Amino acid sequence: MTHFINLTLNGLATGAAYAALALSLVIIYQATRLVNFAQPALALVAVYTAYTVTGITGSYWLGFAAALTAGLVAGAAVERFVIRPIARVSQLNAIIVTLGLLLVVQGLVGMVWGNEQHGFRYAFSYVGRFAPSSVFALVSVGAVALLLFALYRFTPLGLRMRAAAFHPEAARLSGVRVGLMLTAGWAIASCIGALAGMLAGPPFISPNVFDVVFVYGITAAVIGGLDNPFGAVVGGLLIGLGMSYVSGYAGPELATLTALAIVVVVLSVRPDGILSRPTARKV
Amino acid sequence: MSSPTGKSAERATGPGAHAAGSPDTPRGRSRRTLPSPLRHLLFAALGLAAVTGLLLVTGDLTALRLAAVGYTMLAVAGLQLLVGGSGQVSLGHGAFMMIGAYTMTLLVLHQPMLPIAANLLIIVAVSAVAGIAVGAATARLHGPYLAGATLILAVGLPGLTHRYHEFLGGSNGLNIRTAGAPPFLQGVFTDSEWKALVVWTTVVIGLAVLATISSGRLGRRMRSLRDDETAAAMAGVPVGKTKVVAFVIASAAGGLGGGLQAYVLGTATPSSFTLVLSLTLLAALVFGGIGSLWGALWAAVTVVYLQIWATDLARSLELGRNVENNLPVVFFGIVLILVLRFWPLGLHGALTRLGARLRPPTTR
Amino acid sequence: MTAAPLLTVEGLSASYGAVRALDGVSLAIPAGGICAVLGANGAGKTTLLRTVTGLHPSSSGRVLLDGDDITRLPAEKAITRGLAHVPEGGGVIAELTVEENLRLGGLWRSDRRDRSTFTEVMELFPPLAERRGKTASTLSGGERQMLAIGRALMGRPRILLLDEPSLGLAPLVTRQIFGLLRDLRDRTGLTVVLVEQNAAGALAVTDTGFVLNQGRVVAEGASSELLSDDRTRHAYLGF
Repeated sequence: MTHFINLTLNGLATGAAYAALALSLVIIYQATRLVNFAQPALALVAVYTAYTVTGITGSYWLGFAAALTAGLVAGAAVERFVIRPIARVSQLNAIIVTLGLLLVVQGLVGMVWGNEQHGFRYAFSYVGRFAPSSVFALVSVGAVALLLFALYRFTPLGLRMRAAAFHPEAARLSGVRVGLMLTAGWAIASCIGALAGMLAGPPFISPNVFDVVFVYGITAAVIGGLDNPFGAVVGGLLIGLGMSYVSGYAGPELATLTALAIVVVVLSVRPDGILSRPTARKV
Repeated sequence: MSSPTGKSAERATGPGAHAAGSPDTPRGRSRRTLPSPLRHLLFAALGLAAVTGLLLVTGDLTALRLAAVGYTMLAVAGLQLLVGGSGQVSLGHGAFMMIGAYTMTLLVLHQPMLPIAANLLIIVAVSAVAGIAVGAATARLHGPYLAGATLILAVGLPGLTHRYHEFLGGSNGLNIRTAGAPPFLQGVFTDSEWKALVVWTTVVIGLAVLATISSGRLGRRMRSLRDDETAAAMAGVPVGKTKVVAFVIASAAGGLGGGLQAYVLGTATPSSFTLVLSLTLLAALVFGGIGSLWGALWAAVTVVYLQIWATDLARSLELGRNVENNLPVVFFGIVLILVLRFWPLGLHGALTRLGARLRPPTTR
Repeated sequence: MTAAPLLTVEGLSASYGAVRALDGVSLAIPAGGICAVLGANGAGKTTLLRTVTGLHPSSSGRVLLDGDDITRLPAEKAITRGLAHVPEGGGVIAELTVEENLRLGGLWRSDRRDRSTFTEVMELFPPLAERRGKTASTLSGGERQMLAIGRALMGRPRILLLDEPSLGLAPLVTRQIFGLLRDLRDRTGLTVVLVEQNAAGALAVTDTGFVLNQGRVVAEGASSELLSDDRTRHAYLGF
């Protein structure tokens, strides 16, 4: 029983990071119909920035702030200078370019910081059953989800962003600068991705550290419904729990394949994710 | 409604896209009078002759590189049929290469008496079965959902080697020794050259099969799926079945490519079949040019040679281990982004356009 | 009518690829006028509106709004000069609520916290007031068109361009909407440009009309004259 409780708490804490990553994927998918495979690379940049800043200043929180800022800036820059000129031509090409970015950024990080692992601190102590770092993970992701909801729902910026995503031309005819909204969406998404990185990175970081995290993040986004931020959070926590139980009871090597099984089963029943609203199919 | 990616694939290829071996020149039309399997076999024979000639005048090192181009090309060509043909975007193609590679090593270890041809046929069968399993499980997924599921497959499958450590060798993988040139040819070909020849013989047969499928009824059905699934269904195309069949053919080609890789390199390790491999295969496909088997050739040449050049460059500049290890992948990524930025149809599209510009204008 | 034109289009041309959709169109819309742009399918009516607003690039010619050159302004900037454009089908954002759609229309204004415009629009379109919390996807065709016009009015425009507001609407609803546009002009002095295939209906409510064919203006004049000009009617308007 203790084992079960420990696995549950662990699963929720790791699930929070998956949820954050899933959230960042969903924000971009909603805005551009694009799965951003470069998301783990952007998180990688953020986390290594934090590593360097913390190394110089000795302050974890300065590094944390630097990571979120780096995520924000990197996301905006990628959208504006890499994705936008290509997404105009072909969406498949834009997706492939995010893959290209992933390769480039992972390689560049390896060039600058080396392919070997570096130790990376938790925000708080990670020992004990209700470890402060786990609580921090859950609380911060919960807060981000609420903030995001409020942003979309209640602010003029959120209204503009939704308009730009749903109907770019109508948004333009209402005076919305659609390109700017896309950049803003990528920036916000990458900032949340950076948070996911800060939560999922410890105790060690290396250029490939987020490969598996990304897989669970995309799993969470897919089963929650790529169109639904709330689904991303639920999906993240579910995947966190599921993986924790599978690793604990059956062995960690089976975790990824279990994720695959979950995706296949969930999507066979609901092809657009658990929380998808049944929309009229445009024929 | 077809998936957004499918729609764009359609735009990227255009209506004249044709995966057959012949370029769409006016002269190509007279060749079309030959039945398509025969025409593709003719092309295969020509290709094989060209490679053999190349092997005889170059050394061992080139032979190994040519072999790498061969098996990579076969794997990419399988993906071509899946993505360019039926519009299903798979990020897990490396998993099928891994299945092929492990099948090859297991066969050599446990059934050493089997000839290579038998091994290759078994590999096709095994990876096709794996393709049926995955294809049937994912047939209802579309667009990004399929991409996500196959991505997980690519990451998850190598984990099995740790799970079944005694059988699959864990992270060290499995090592084999494969036979070189048969005794009566030992003066003519070195072992490496012989292996390259075996690889290319398999590859050209595989490509001829893929080209024949692609230009036949099945290929047309796949393309109709890619263009508009609903319309295809209403026109009587069995959607689910065609999707699974495309997946199975792609898996068989991928598995065969992986099996040949293990045959040449004498090893299969989980670290050769990472997510990066799967992503590279798909990226290379788009980069080479979707919708034509020529694209697969450019893709394979680029993947193999960029890697080599970048490594050489880093070594000669003495940039240090960190740079040297990462330069090839960075290089590939940058070239990929630039090509897609300036030649959205990939290298093949760019070459075709260049060819059209160089050719004197013909009056029709 | 001698008032200075509010909107002037001079020799405007635009193409889609190799197809020339607008071929040197010139027209002048007086301030406070209500004017119809007519023509068959593919005559260039929609392209004219899209090029004027800046949704589609022009290849030559000029667009002047109250004397200012707005030819090169992108749509989202042109809107802030007092131009409103209701695209074909209305361009209502189905996923947003009625109220959100309306708020969006006035979001660019610095006085967006002022609720008076919102109240006015609600009074103008009682059906929208009843459904302000519902998503726009639940509206009927006529209500959607009202919402589209309402959203355009939220920006307090000087000139309103409408692309086929009657498309897909019952004749009764069309008459209501046309009548409402005329009312608006009479009460507030709003200039209206009405692109229509429904020539008879449009000419009945407008002062002047332009007839486009293959990207050129082939006839223009007072709406009553156009209505009685049999040659133009038969050749281009089909009734």
